[in-house]
Amino acid sequence: MTAMIVAVDRPAGPSLFTLALVELRKMVDTRAGRWLLAFVALLGVALVGVVLFAAPRHIRTMPELYSASLAGVGILLPVVGVLSVTSEWSQRTALATFTLVPGRGRVLAAKVVAASLLAAVCVAACAVAAWAGRALGAVLDRTDAGWGVPPQMLATTLLAAVLGVLAGVAFGMVFLNSPLAIVMSFLLPIAWSVLGETVSALEGAAQWLDTGRTTAPLVEAGGRLTPRAWAQLATSQAVWLLLPLLIGFFRVTRREVK
Amino acid sequence: MIEVSELTKRYGDVAAVRNVSFRCEPGTVTGFLGPNGAGKSTTMRMICGLTPPTSGSAAVLGVPYRRIANPGRHVGVLLDAAAQHSGRTGRETLALSAQVLGVDRERAGRMLREVGLPPAAARRRVGGYSLGMRQRLGIALALLGDPRVLILDEPANGLDPEGIHWMRTLLRGFADRGGTVLLSSHLLREVEAVADRFVVISGGRIVAQGDKGELLTTSGGTFVRGLDPGALETALAEAGLAARRCGPDAFTVEADAEAVGRAAAKAGAVLLELRSAGEGGLEELFLSLTAEPKENAR
Repeated sequence: MTAMIVAVDRPAGPSLFTLALVELRKMVDTRAGRWLLAFVALLGVALVGVVLFAAPRHIRTMPELYSASLAGVGILLPVVGVLSVTSEWSQRTALATFTLVPGRGRVLAAKVVAASLLAAVCVAACAVAAWAGRALGAVLDRTDAGWGVPPQMLATTLLAAVLGVLAGVAFGMVFLNSPLAIVMSFLLPIAWSVLGETVSALEGAAQWLDTGRTTAPLVEAGGRLTPRAWAQLATSQAVWLLLPLLIGFFRVTRREVK
Repeated sequence: MIEVSELTKRYGDVAAVRNVSFRCEPGTVTGFLGPNGAGKSTTMRMICGLTPPTSGSAAVLGVPYRRIANPGRHVGVLLDAAAQHSGRTGRETLALSAQVLGVDRERAGRMLREVGLPPAAARRRVGGYSLGMRQRLGIALALLGDPRVLILDEPANGLDPEGIHWMRTLLRGFADRGGTVLLSSHLLREVEAVADRFVVISGGRIVAQGDKGELLTTSGGTFVRGLDPGALETALAEAGLAARRCGPDAFTVEADAEAVGRAAAKAGAVLLELRSAGEGGLEELFLSLTAEPKENAR
């Protein structure tokens, strides 16, 4: 009996790093994942073009180009996060996933790491696209502004991209249903901006809970991050990221997998 | 080796699985039989730690499944061949599992050839696969970690006769090399030829288990079919023979053919069929065991 128990301890299970690589691969190896990432790139490139060819010359600066290139990351990358969780249930791959890795918490942690890595890769690609846009602008004499992006902006845009894709993962974990989770993750920011503007009583709350508003200083060129802005960001993320992550974690780890 | 002890699963007031216990030994193929909805899949999910049991426990290789460090390297599991991402290719699906299990990619390619998925098919998306191809991919996934135990839920579903024959040969070979196989089916014929032992489940309860010989001996007796079932039943009762109805006009009688024939002749009941119950294979046993609720209603 003892010999048998020793035998099942080996070989060791996959490390968190391996699982994260697997989850990253799962985000990009399906048809849906590839289309989404293609649109993330397309949207970014298109908006760089818009800034170069439609914006007034004084706005055609490197930070503006970079900010524009992140449009797809801001809008569509959260959907990749949602699908990384919900497709396990809609495509029923959870059955195989959790059979091979019974520690469901580790799979979820790997998804969080993988989504963050994907966001980082996308942000880097956006920076490259923005610089390519700047180079094109120079060739066509559309801009003569500098080539630099403030390091702080690189950092905050990365943070915003990671928070965005993780919110998608968290919403996916809460709803475990692709359409519902996607609609909710789009609807909530819109609902806040509409309610915050029309209902004056909610205006105060919106400053602290509307993630669209609290993350804006992270991604806008020349966004100002006061201590108050950081506090507002932290509050909104606690409510719309941490809380769903916790609820989703309990839901996925307890739920029967069919 | 698989050990299931008194597993029970309730959904609200409904008991999907009630007090199920059985063992699967190395070197054997155990057929897990029962009609659809009998509780086979729920039991298998409980064995694999996917469904928490209401009570009872299950152990694979001596420990609960979830305690195995890298379960895919010890236990090959196929619970539902349709449960694969339709937008991923067969080869990619296998490569992902290989990465999780820590086996080399070359083995993944070898498994594809072994289950008869040609490279052209493996490069296509699973969404375009037939159920039979998905079963082959599922078998490749189950075998990928070179396991000692196989747990397969309805693996023959969707396979053509040639595929079923292939699967039998594969499972027989696996067990003969010392492996443990648990495979479920709602069709007795699919597993009758390959299984050494049977566990028959109906309505969430085990109604029979044992090896082929044991089950046929316990069922024993004589199969008899009559033109007028009512008259036949009366004749058997008058002769003091214990009879159990196993079809609209058929009975299994705990007596030899001669006794049954004499009883029928005495009462003038016309017989349509009279033979040893074992000859019809396990099918009659299976039908009689799993059709019990209906019998009680008569």
